[in-house]
Amino acid sequence: MTVEISESPLAALDRPTLRGTRYNFAGILKAINKNKFYYLLALPGLLYFLIFHYLPMFGIVVAFKDITPFSGLDGILHEPFVGLIHFKHWIQSYYFVNVMGNTLIISGLKLLVGFPAPIILALLINEVRTTWFKRGVQTISYMPHFLSVVVVSGLVMNLLSSQGGLVNQAVVALGGKSHAYLTDPAYFRSILVSSHVWQHVGWGTILYLAAMSGIDPQLYEAAMIDGANKWQQIRHITLPGIAFVIVILFIFAVGGLLNAGFEQILLLYSPSVYSVSDIIDTYVYRSGLLGMQYSFATAVGVFKSVLAMILLLGANWFARRLGQTGIW
Amino acid sequence: MVKLSRGERIFEILNTVFLILLSVVFLLPLFTVVSTSLIGEAEYARRGLFFLWPEKPVLTAYELLLSGGSVVLNAYTITLFRVIVGTFLNLVFTITLAYVLARRNLPGRTLLTIFVFVPMVFSGGLIPSFILMDTIGLLNSVWAMIIPGLVSAWNMLIMRNFFMALPPELEEAAIVDGAGPLTILLRIVLPLSLPAIATIGLFYAVAHWNAWFDAAIYIKDLRKLPVQVILRGILQQAIMLEPETMANVQLMPPSAALQAAMVVISTVPILLVYPFLQKYFVKGALIGSIKG
Repeated sequence: MTVEISESPLAALDRPTLRGTRYNFAGILKAINKNKFYYLLALPGLLYFLIFHYLPMFGIVVAFKDITPFSGLDGILHEPFVGLIHFKHWIQSYYFVNVMGNTLIISGLKLLVGFPAPIILALLINEVRTTWFKRGVQTISYMPHFLSVVVVSGLVMNLLSSQGGLVNQAVVALGGKSHAYLTDPAYFRSILVSSHVWQHVGWGTILYLAAMSGIDPQLYEAAMIDGANKWQQIRHITLPGIAFVIVILFIFAVGGLLNAGFEQILLLYSPSVYSVSDIIDTYVYRSGLLGMQYSFATAVGVFKSVLAMILLLGANWFARRLGQTGIW
Repeated sequence: MVKLSRGERIFEILNTVFLILLSVVFLLPLFTVVSTSLIGEAEYARRGLFFLWPEKPVLTAYELLLSGGSVVLNAYTITLFRVIVGTFLNLVFTITLAYVLARRNLPGRTLLTIFVFVPMVFSGGLIPSFILMDTIGLLNSVWAMIIPGLVSAWNMLIMRNFFMALPPELEEAAIVDGAGPLTILLRIVLPLSLPAIATIGLFYAVAHWNAWFDAAIYIKDLRKLPVQVILRGILQQAIMLEPETMANVQLMPPSAALQAAMVVISTVPILLVYPFLQKYFVKGALIGSIKG
């Protein structure tokens, strides 16, 4: 199995279509007319993107006006602009440092633990030579990926429950005291990171394993003849062989640094741990949908979208500079 | 058979032991949730807590949750609706768009492709989307779980790449035989694309099965909520069971057992089809994208 990553998903954007053929206006009309079946076929899909993705993009004008849930469409169109006042409030607010800090810390911790974990697991699985055992480990480790975040949050609550959860039972059996871990700020981030890694580490090995199976076995044979031990083989053959996958996945990870796991946190957190777990998305959700501050919450959301876009484009640019294929 | 050195043999044993322990870690939470769901009030009251498996497993929690006319059974019909109807519409919209964007010599193709991919990099965010749904009257409708996510740009990309890999001679031959574009799509391209369609269909179906946030914010009516949202309500003890169902049981199961049973109820269907899903998902993850 080899992975076709050399053809980056968005590379098609660079491919010339009309280039090389000179069209005049009448020519274009003729070409369009000839293809009208296809334009018609694409129309429903394109309309979907226009309405459900582009309209909300224009909806960010809400961030520059004073809109409440009662303003209606009329208010969104006709209320006067108030400039950057909501952005200013956000950056000066008491929550700014806390929320930004939580977002970057939680996301950074997930990256720190969750990024290398599948690489290590893939290296270990790759060393297994008994086929049924290898398959069994893969099947079991992929499984959590298919569970919903709600189910995983239910599993976490069940494990950590102070009414007979397995963790507390073990702690009590070892002479400790039962403890409500989920509402303790000292443990909350570790819980988020562990449950994230538990759910995604197995699935994360897929691309690495595929890349590893694409490495020429002759390289290993040659290395063994030269007396290279297992670690040296991993270090000098396997890791360089999967380096391109690592880079591309790292770009994705950095590009998504502001996504610290909205749904997971929303399902697990509670007011007692807001101080360590309130991230941009949960803050937008609470202030906007629960607190009805539409304009302010939109401003915070736009702030995040712009930063995230810069991060993604920057990471991609960086990967290209390194001579690797970017996402596009 | 390659001769292993002593160090390599030790590594192999440690590796095997580690991977077995890791597999236990993956399975243990599922096992404990099942065991919690089976504990009865009597045993819970007597022992306070139990270790690994209850002495007398009882099914009271399941009986309560799945009793006739219950919120949970109703939620299952909603989830089935969103999985079946949602996936079907996802496929129709995704395939038509992908088929058109796969045509190399279509004028304006680059522009249309950019149009579809820009939203992957920049989005309006939660509040503008919510205002849109409110304005077009989709709030509190089951369609709010289907229409806003009709096309996933990633799945569209997988489908488009698949179409682009089909040999162009097929279409040329069909044109010579006098087939129109619609005939070519329905009679030639689609039958050849069944594996790819099955793969992205499963992607969409699993996403529908697992989704909860859209329903949680757009839908208020308890009877229109899917299983995942009901599960969340029961986990957060925000949803209470109807008094009439509770009247039928003498001893209420402990709330931990109810919550655990609900987790099991919402997980079993996906685990039943998991071996089948795994094959397609692995293939899909490898061909189409590098996103999991």
